[in-house]
Amino acid sequence: MSRNARCPGSLDELWPLLEEGVTIMAGGTDLLVRRRGQVPAPVACLERIESLRGVRVHEGFISLGACETHASLLRHALVRERLPVLAGALQVLGSPLIRNMGTIGGNIVSASPAGDTLAPLYALDAQLELVSKWGARRVPLAGFIHGPGRTGLKPGEVLAAVLVPPPEPSALQHFEKVGRRKALAIAVVSLAAVILTDGEGVVLDARLALGSVGPTVARCPKAEALLAGRRLDREALLAVGEAMRSEIAPIDDLRASAAYRREVAGNLLLRLAS
Amino acid sequence: MSGKIVPTFTLAFTLNGGPVRVETSPGRRVLDLLREDLGLTAAKEGCGSGECGACAILVDGAAKLSCLMLAVQLEGREVVTAEGLGTAENPHPIQAAFVENGAVQCGYCTPGMTIATAEFLAHTPDPDRGQVREAISGNLCRCTGYVKIVDAVLAAAKAAPGESS
Repeated sequence: MSRNARCPGSLDELWPLLEEGVTIMAGGTDLLVRRRGQVPAPVACLERIESLRGVRVHEGFISLGACETHASLLRHALVRERLPVLAGALQVLGSPLIRNMGTIGGNIVSASPAGDTLAPLYALDAQLELVSKWGARRVPLAGFIHGPGRTGLKPGEVLAAVLVPPPEPSALQHFEKVGRRKALAIAVVSLAAVILTDGEGVVLDARLALGSVGPTVARCPKAEALLAGRRLDREALLAVGEAMRSEIAPIDDLRASAAYRREVAGNLLLRLAS
Repeated sequence: MSGKIVPTFTLAFTLNGGPVRVETSPGRRVLDLLREDLGLTAAKEGCGSGECGACAILVDGAAKLSCLMLAVQLEGREVVTAEGLGTAENPHPIQAAFVENGAVQCGYCTPGMTIATAEFLAHTPDPDRGQVREAISGNLCRCTGYVKIVDAVLAAAKAAPGESS
């Protein structure tokens, strides 16, 4: 009988475990909560695989190792200075204890519509580097997540890195999460915005993503198109907020009603008023 | 893991400053390993799902939730529980500050609070009130209303300027 939990030290040690059908564990903050009270299936912890860590500039991307914890990413100057929309989400993710354990890769593969890093990563047009013993492939994050808890991760594959094209240094980056409390809150609605304006304050390019308003994080292409060419004034933001409300499919749950989510989703845009 | 025969292994790590070797299942919850196998009961089970912080321990200096960790993750690590911060006779400055400021009522959250505080003050020796509130935001207390806990953390920061535990 094989061990019920292992910490392989390299990808080469991981591959045979994946062939045995073990469950992959990154930080464990989601997996071990879901497995409470269940008969334990064997798990492979990724935390000692060095090649799944590190933050670096690579081929024009900021590459975030999938097993970097939220806390370690928050401490990294590249994240704080070049990706403040992501740093803003990391800052309010879970609690300090959760941030010391949970990883960005785990947040993605858990594929919760309320995953705090997801709206920023959608707005940043992030790509994912997936590796297996047969090689590597690169996919856009938006196509990888199919629904709550459902992704395009294939058997034998593991998420190695998140590749983020850094926005122009002058771009406005904004994140806000609405929750029932400040710490350990599952988002009721979250908004991530990456907006490039010209010297006159006219929007050249807007990328808007909403969390917790549908089965996956939603980009809002109609609202983005509507905002282009306009200034970030109240009139424009009210109109674009209304467009955003038409692009989402929120549900009633124990945290909030669909109607409240729809209302708040559009209103969150007003924070961008200059 | 109860009721099933699972293979064990010899886990070796550093616990409260001393070496430990223990035969256990690699998938055993760290909280159960500490409390039931090693007799260290400072870390408590509150929610068992990462929301209360009562089970917090330091692993290589970072405060983590022992209810969401597996024994195999501790191999070779340095673990500190609240027992390792200090004793009744020789309390850590954080523990002394909790006592002096009336930050302990039922006491169930206190070990986790002091562990979270130890990591926080190691990185933030001169915090303000808002930073302290955020630092203990993963630790639930149902007695104190937090005011005296925040007072205690600020007092501990003043008592041991720049000290990292």
